[in-house]
Amino acid sequence: MRVAATIARRRSVIPGFGMTLGMSLLWLSLIVLIPLAALFLKTAELSFSQFVDIISSRRVLHALQLSFGLSLAAAAVNLVFGTLVVWALVRYRFPGRRLFDAIVDIPFALPTAVAGIALTNLYAESGWLGSLLVPFGIKVAFTPLGIFVALVFIGLPFVVRTVQPVLEDLEKELEEAAASLGATRWTIVRRVILPSITPALMTGFALALARAVGEYGSVIFIAGNLPNVSEIAPLLIVIKLQEFRYADATAIAAVMLLASFLLLFLINTLQRWSEARTGKRA
Amino acid sequence: MSDFDPRAATAGVATQPAQRRKVDVRADAPWVRRTIIGLTVGFLCLFVVLPLINVFAQAFSKGIAVYLAALQDAETLAAVRLTLIVAFASVLSNGFFGLMAAWAIAKFEFPGKNILITLIDLPFSVSPVIAGLVFVLLFGLQGLLGSWLAVHDIEIVFALPGIMLATIFVTFPFIVRELVPLMQEQGTEEEEAALSLGASGLRTFIRVTLPNVKWALLYGVLLCNARAMGEFGAVSVVSGHIRGETNTLPLHIETLYEGYQAAAAFAVASLLALLALVTLIAKSALETRTAKE
Amino acid sequence: MRRMRMGLAAGLMLVGAAQAADVNLLNVSYDPTRELYAAINKAFATKFKAETGKTIEIKQSHGGSGTQARSVMDGLQADVVTLALAYDIDAIAARGLIAADWQKKLPNNAAPYTSTIVFLVRKGNPKGVRGWDDLVKPGIKVITPNPKTSGGARWNYLAAWGYALKKHGSEDKARDFVRDLYKNVPVLDTGARGSTVTFVQRNIGDVLLAWENEAYLAIDEFGKDRFEVVTPALSILAEPTIAIVDKVVDKKGTRPAAEAYLNFIYSPEGQGIAAQNHYRPRDAAIAKNHENSFAKVELFTIDDTFGGWQKAQALHFSDGGIFDKIYTQ
Repeated sequence: MRVAATIARRRSVIPGFGMTLGMSLLWLSLIVLIPLAALFLKTAELSFSQFVDIISSRRVLHALQLSFGLSLAAAAVNLVFGTLVVWALVRYRFPGRRLFDAIVDIPFALPTAVAGIALTNLYAESGWLGSLLVPFGIKVAFTPLGIFVALVFIGLPFVVRTVQPVLEDLEKELEEAAASLGATRWTIVRRVILPSITPALMTGFALALARAVGEYGSVIFIAGNLPNVSEIAPLLIVIKLQEFRYADATAIAAVMLLASFLLLFLINTLQRWSEARTGKRA
Repeated sequence: MSDFDPRAATAGVATQPAQRRKVDVRADAPWVRRTIIGLTVGFLCLFVVLPLINVFAQAFSKGIAVYLAALQDAETLAAVRLTLIVAFASVLSNGFFGLMAAWAIAKFEFPGKNILITLIDLPFSVSPVIAGLVFVLLFGLQGLLGSWLAVHDIEIVFALPGIMLATIFVTFPFIVRELVPLMQEQGTEEEEAALSLGASGLRTFIRVTLPNVKWALLYGVLLCNARAMGEFGAVSVVSGHIRGETNTLPLHIETLYEGYQAAAAFAVASLLALLALVTLIAKSALETRTAKE
Repeated sequence: MRRMRMGLAAGLMLVGAAQAADVNLLNVSYDPTRELYAAINKAFATKFKAETGKTIEIKQSHGGSGTQARSVMDGLQADVVTLALAYDIDAIAARGLIAADWQKKLPNNAAPYTSTIVFLVRKGNPKGVRGWDDLVKPGIKVITPNPKTSGGARWNYLAAWGYALKKHGSEDKARDFVRDLYKNVPVLDTGARGSTVTFVQRNIGDVLLAWENEAYLAIDEFGKDRFEVVTPALSILAEPTIAIVDKVVDKKGTRPAAEAYLNFIYSPEGQGIAAQNHYRPRDAAIAKNHENSFAKVELFTIDDTFGGWQKAQALHFSDGGIFDKIYTQ
């Protein structure tokens, strides 16, 4: 009752609601919503069976599988290592800690094309790391393994940065109380800390996944781009565009967009769960 | 493995301040510490530091003369110019939009607010290639508005407007996302106070709200700028790849790389890498600044 | 903030100052011609300045010939197009952007230089590729671009088809040959240069089917100790064509400059540059000078073997055509 009255009062005191909301909606529509609608309109020009034909072709299915599969794997790696990294950065003091903290953001700030050529060069058979792997018969550049490496690179900051504020704000008392009740360290980690950061972990995972699925710049240099072997879905869209097969391109894009929407919905739900748990926006 | 004594801990919590105890119940065992730190440092060095060093190593691999020549090449300079213009446009438009949207979202309650926030976040999860594709579908000759544009002789795709639109799309949420949490946290008391003292809405915004969020705004501008300058996929689809005209720096890197000029490609890449480093340094500085306030 | 703005303005002025040429042309070209036109443009700019006193700047765009043609049709403002085959320019002409009789307006059917299709192999030719038949052997990986986007890819395809036709005498056998060839192709890049990059830099494939000029350029760039060229005894005469895009030059007023530019390519100086870049020049004198740089190949033409580009494109490369039927991915 009181709250509602406060809200009503607040709205009438602060001006500019109509204008700012209106202009925001207008801009949002012009830049984001209408262009995205164009994609669905173009897809609607296809009949359903045409759409299914395009999507179920071997090459398209493989590309979608590859993009989603490798992205899941890369996000999983980032989940595990990201947790270790954020733990070290928040809980420990060691020389260079602040430097490494800043380093975590590099994949976020570095242009994808730069990352692409750098990783390709590094892992090619003549590169610094690639040459070390040649005696083991492991080829990274121009294979799906190379794509995996690139996706781990670009998803790296997401888990760390999402979990960091939550871990930092974790109440000391909880752990101390658990310890005082006789819990071992491992039990504390498992029953006290992990549950508190799980929503943030999941959010970070989903963010890394969403980023990886759509990634183009850092992957196309290091991928072999061989159809049915190492061709990612975004590249297939570009190839279809260059062949001027707009229908094919829009069909694949529509599938990817749907997946993006689902992921986004998932991320937002997870973020709200996290907020509810800890009072902090992840 | 566990280095605390339950009896001592219980006694400590009840009767003595934690600092006086030598034992920190939140500490991990030394071997755990060492392993985790080792893995962290190893992981970060392998995946982040090494590629970054490689960029500069390759850039200078043919000597400093080749490096400088690559940067002073006419096409590179044209790419720099185009990238600056596009980034500037993105920051300006998304900054303006960001402030307006953040105001509406943070200072008011209204139904559908969560949907609005989700919609604003859309460009984050959309592949950059799709971001470029939608503008081609809208403005290309075969697109929805294509014939109208052709009749009126307006070029969007294969020209600067298309590149700007694609980049603005991709960097859309950056500034809003930085402003909203802060503005929500700050609430509306100061604005209400100013209004009750007779200030107009605009004045309140400029004199009260803006100064409060200036660091978050700058932070968002930094991120928006970094992403705008580095965008590759979306621009690649809408640009005509006209060397010296519609090649942004990332596209120019690809052009050089495919033209057998790897050292030059890395030289230009090193420019962008430096930009990324500067962005991060500025970000750290800002974070220290906000922490102090 | 203010310092940033001043720095930005200064930067823009500095960079912008370098841009003001009197005449600006856009040359939309196919994939492998980057080095060729870099050299031609430089020489032409000097000559243009000497003759007219005006500075001219020619911007380049490169990509698969088919894709480039479609881009021009989609609105890319090219003053001239220098593509891989006549059909692509015909397609642009059909849209009304180029006069229908464009091919008569320049000598040699608007093809100032020619080329052919050869094989690029790794040093020592470890897989023993000597001729077309070696390309269909099981286990050999052949790199060639996508005929849907690249002009060179279509010349490659027709060269293979033409060879098989001459050898076996029947269209069916030729089709089987080409089908077996494409079974050995692991990836189709969008342009000739893309395929070269795949073969040379990514180390994928045993043999690259390439333009003669592109193969020799790869050797120039990467060294004789890494690659060698194998020239088949029989191959196709590839004639890349050039044209002015009438609609654009009339709108921009750049017709005189564009005409001078294209004529330059036929001049002895232009032909010399072409020859140096491994394109077979039309000029008899220049060709004589560079006789030894070009292997002797028995060449068949698209007209006498396939009845011209319109027929070949419709039969082989249109949607649902023979290529689509052969190459299932």
